[in-house]
Amino acid sequence: MHPLVQNKHDLVSVGDAIGNVVLDGKHPRGWWIGFLAGFAMLQVLAISVAWLFYMGVGIWGINVPTAWGFAIINFVWWIGIGHAGTLISAILLLLHQKWRTSINRFSEAMTIFAVMCAGVFPLIHMGRPWFFYWLYPFPNIAGMYPQFRSPLTWDVFAVTTYFTISLVFWYIGLIPDLAALRDQARNKWQRIGYGLLSLGWRGSAIHWRRYEKVYLLLGGLSTPLVLSVHTVVSFDFAVSIVPLWHATIFPPFFVAGAIYSGFAMVVALAIPIRHWYKLEDLFTDHHMDIMAKVMLATGFLVTYGYFSEIWMAWYGHSLYEWGTTIERVFGPYGWSYWALIFFNCAFPLVALWSRKVRRSEFWLEMVCISVLIGMWFERYVIVITLTRDQVPTEMRELLPKKQGGGGGHSIMENAP
Amino acid sequence: MSTTIEPTTAPHGPGHGADPDAPKLYALLAGFGTADDLVVATRRAAAAGYTLMDTHTPYPVGDTADALGYPKSEMGAVMFIGGLTGACSGFLMQYWNNAYGYSLNIGGRPYLSWLSFIPITFEMMVLTAGLSGLFGLMALCGLPRLNHPLFNSANFDRATRDRFFLSVEAADPKFDLEATRAFLTTLNPLTVEEVME
Repeated sequence: MHPLVQNKHDLVSVGDAIGNVVLDGKHPRGWWIGFLAGFAMLQVLAISVAWLFYMGVGIWGINVPTAWGFAIINFVWWIGIGHAGTLISAILLLLHQKWRTSINRFSEAMTIFAVMCAGVFPLIHMGRPWFFYWLYPFPNIAGMYPQFRSPLTWDVFAVTTYFTISLVFWYIGLIPDLAALRDQARNKWQRIGYGLLSLGWRGSAIHWRRYEKVYLLLGGLSTPLVLSVHTVVSFDFAVSIVPLWHATIFPPFFVAGAIYSGFAMVVALAIPIRHWYKLEDLFTDHHMDIMAKVMLATGFLVTYGYFSEIWMAWYGHSLYEWGTTIERVFGPYGWSYWALIFFNCAFPLVALWSRKVRRSEFWLEMVCISVLIGMWFERYVIVITLTRDQVPTEMRELLPKKQGGGGGHSIMENAP
Repeated sequence: MSTTIEPTTAPHGPGHGADPDAPKLYALLAGFGTADDLVVATRRAAAAGYTLMDTHTPYPVGDTADALGYPKSEMGAVMFIGGLTGACSGFLMQYWNNAYGYSLNIGGRPYLSWLSFIPITFEMMVLTAGLSGLFGLMALCGLPRLNHPLFNSANFDRATRDRFFLSVEAADPKFDLEATRAFLTTLNPLTVEEVME
């Protein structure tokens, strides 16, 4: 058994190691680098969104049948990343994996931000985001109503529930921590702020008993929730009749991909945090090792999914399935398929077998970034399938925007 | 009863008993260094007949809740009822809207195409069960409560850190300041203090 905490630590030193990060408010150099990089990219987002609202969603090059384009690529990517936080807090809780306690809180925080990022894309894709409430059933005389048989409406409920429950789970878990911060507060304002947020928690035995019960039940609810959310997201594709989308493997394939990319994001964030805030004793090399092994396992599940897609297309003897597969692998967007294979399978699944890589901050970070790029390409590859529809007039290159021309290749030419 | 008590650390000094606004004694608070000490002490205090007690610990110590005789948590029932309500209302909302409120004929499927209603029913169940968990927890625990008398204690901020407290309330029928203090001292606490309301 590896110790979950390295070196000599007791209740006070662990509390201080974590509490001081928050209470001192001193930011190491790495924090500033990360903050400024993030802030700069936020400005790019602001400019892009302003341009998008001015020009309309056409700047994404979307058109029927590629009606969603980048918006759904980014949506699925972010929501998948978010799932790791719930997985770590809920499923590992039910499995009594004690090592989760080092990482569960910030994974949950990561989840909340990831779901918010995911939510941005459907909102701006609407073109008129101030009408977002039309997605919900409410009494109105506009002559419009949600269509409850549609996966897109399921998605609205799934993502809303997922965000709310993630927030509740995170906050309930945080109440005793906030009380600890309140009691170690350095000044009056910290004391008031954390005091209000901790609701006057005093560690009472009956409160703890209820708290533990709620926490366990929320874990039990979040586990099917996280599976259901990404299943519903995969239904957005699988319920359609597009070749290679209309597949029963999509829900488990999507869930495995979500866990894969989510763990990559958790580790990619944990490594700089432990490095710059000097938390190596709490997030140990052993933690990195375990998380890397989970990534290795889910990476193989995802790779099996890629194999299965090609196998079923070939074995199913469907002209359209096989033609779309050839188009996907060798067509004008074939480079993105091979990028996906390299970033998601070839590099991580070879590198992660090495114990040295799993325990090296630098190399594990590289692997995680590779997985994050690869999983983005996975969704890109799925979505650009639509650029080769079954009618020659619908064959064009849409992403990135390229109007006119297009479609020298025909799916029929490549079909066997 | 509290008028017979002469707290040694009363904020206004001795002789306040005549003053109706003077703070009353809320509890005796014993602090222990380890969870094991606290469990032993709680069991002995319960055996001695004290009933209005509570423990305060930085992390859950289930044995103390058992020793205090707290029942199994009622949160399961709260969340079950909440979830059931959400599931039923979610399903009925879809059915009513599709069949009566705003009838949509999608591909000739029946208005009660219940298979398509399962995802939203499930999501509504999780949503309401989770929210009833949060609000049920707050309601049953009486939170938020920022002004609890125990926060008047000088040591109590260690209850979230490294100290394990047992409080015996002055309202307990068996409570007697000197006798209870003497009893608590026999349990090997690190501190015993009076906490005023």
